[in-house]
Amino acid sequence: MKLIPCPHCGNRAQAEFVYERTADSVVPLDAAPEVAVAALFTRANLRGVEEEIWRHTYGCGSWMLIRRDRVSHAIEWVKPIGPKVLP
Amino acid sequence: MTKYSALSLLRGAFNGQSHWQPAWRDPEPKPSYDVVIIGGGGHGLATAFYLAKVHGITNVAVIEKGYIGGGNVGRNTTIVRSNYRLEPLSRFYEFSLKLWEGLSDDLNYNVMFSPRGALTLGHSDADMIRLAEKGDAMAVQGIDAELLTRDQVMKLEPCLDFSRQARFPIEGAMIQWRGGTARHDAVAWGFARGADSRGVDIIQKCEVTGMVMDGNRVVGVETTRGRINAGTVAICAAGHSGHVAAMAGLKLPVESQTLQAMVTEGVKPMVNTVVMTQSLHCYISQSDKGGIVFGGDPDNWPSYAQRGQPVTMELAVQQGLALIPALSRLRMLRCWAGVTDMSFDGSPIIGTTPVDGLWINGGWCYGGFKATPGSGYLFAHSLAHGRPHEIVEPFSLDRFERGSPVDENGTGPFPNHR
Repeated sequence: MKLIPCPHCGNRAQAEFVYERTADSVVPLDAAPEVAVAALFTRANLRGVEEEIWRHTYGCGSWMLIRRDRVSHAIEWVKPIGPKVLP
Repeated sequence: MTKYSALSLLRGAFNGQSHWQPAWRDPEPKPSYDVVIIGGGGHGLATAFYLAKVHGITNVAVIEKGYIGGGNVGRNTTIVRSNYRLEPLSRFYEFSLKLWEGLSDDLNYNVMFSPRGALTLGHSDADMIRLAEKGDAMAVQGIDAELLTRDQVMKLEPCLDFSRQARFPIEGAMIQWRGGTARHDAVAWGFARGADSRGVDIIQKCEVTGMVMDGNRVVGVETTRGRINAGTVAICAAGHSGHVAAMAGLKLPVESQTLQAMVTEGVKPMVNTVVMTQSLHCYISQSDKGGIVFGGDPDNWPSYAQRGQPVTMELAVQQGLALIPALSRLRMLRCWAGVTDMSFDGSPIIGTTPVDGLWINGGWCYGGFKATPGSGYLFAHSLAHGRPHEIVEPFSLDRFERGSPVDENGTGPFPNHR
């Protein structure tokens, strides 16, 4: 992976971005303990395409959702995280 | 199997060294085994070796997708040490280090274990306090640790930048003299040869494609070379642990990331110990061939590609050059990467799973090489007795839901913050 298309800044060097976690590991506030534990401490860790939360930390600072292949590193799409696109 | 010895070498002098056999066979998989080990890396082979040697369980298959020595066991920076602060970790790694000390004799294979000292540099008062604390924690557990002054470090590693203008000034260090390096390929080959000669089938170029289930019990594996029944299935798949566990419907507390390493051209001896630091993340040693071996951070985002990003490599080299400026004159020969299974607390996962008959040995993050003999020995003991050995009990799969992680760095439950 060399360039990530930030929804706000366009294509930027990957070094400016920080990976946070997978989209399915965000825990709803009212989750039952076993659901929360599973979301926090286990990962599907697919050898394939997954949706992940990244942040343009060393750029505009915004959060985004990236759907990405973990073998080829090809990015399918990038969406800003905001009121309309929540993971 | 011909024993490797001076005598057999001498005998070979009379027959043109024509009596040597391949170090291990290339058998067809049998329809059924007592134990099927998924993954022919260091840990899988060591487990098979100790199962056969210590417990007499020889109806064992090691199933490897690629070839022996092609995975992480041949992609690491070959460092062996046991300088951990937390008791469960230091107990485990010290057990492993003691096996390293006699490993070449055990295997009848020279793994070139070289206890040249594992040196951790301190760059500030805070670093030195943490190193003293860690050394004390080691000492009370009977592990050797010595705090070195700046002058002592200067004598030991004269190539380091000791100037006051240095980017990372050196205030002192902590050394574990019994730590060092080993020849990683020899470890894989030695364990493979030792296991094979005791009857273990090592099946290469055979990928596991599914688990055969009977209710909640795993009874075999589907492979690219047909179905193989098994009494017990043991996952030793390192970076691909999650991928394999998913075949049995499991999600692991693991995220796979890429870890890179690199080596320079060979030069005369200039780095005497394994140089690590308390503040940076860069580890440098010199191979027996003379190359300077570098390692650094993992890439910190999930990847199954066995190649890393240049940014991470650059960071490791920058840190290395700041510590040993003379390295700037060397040419980099090779760089490579492996897929590591980063666990949520930085500690391994060894033990049973919620699926009956399925065991796991994974989550080694980037510290699996030094654990190879210890992990194999204790995992084999666990498999043979049907319950985890007491040394590996703290590393059970369910420790996160029980709220008892083993977090050496104290960085919290994130595999990408290691």
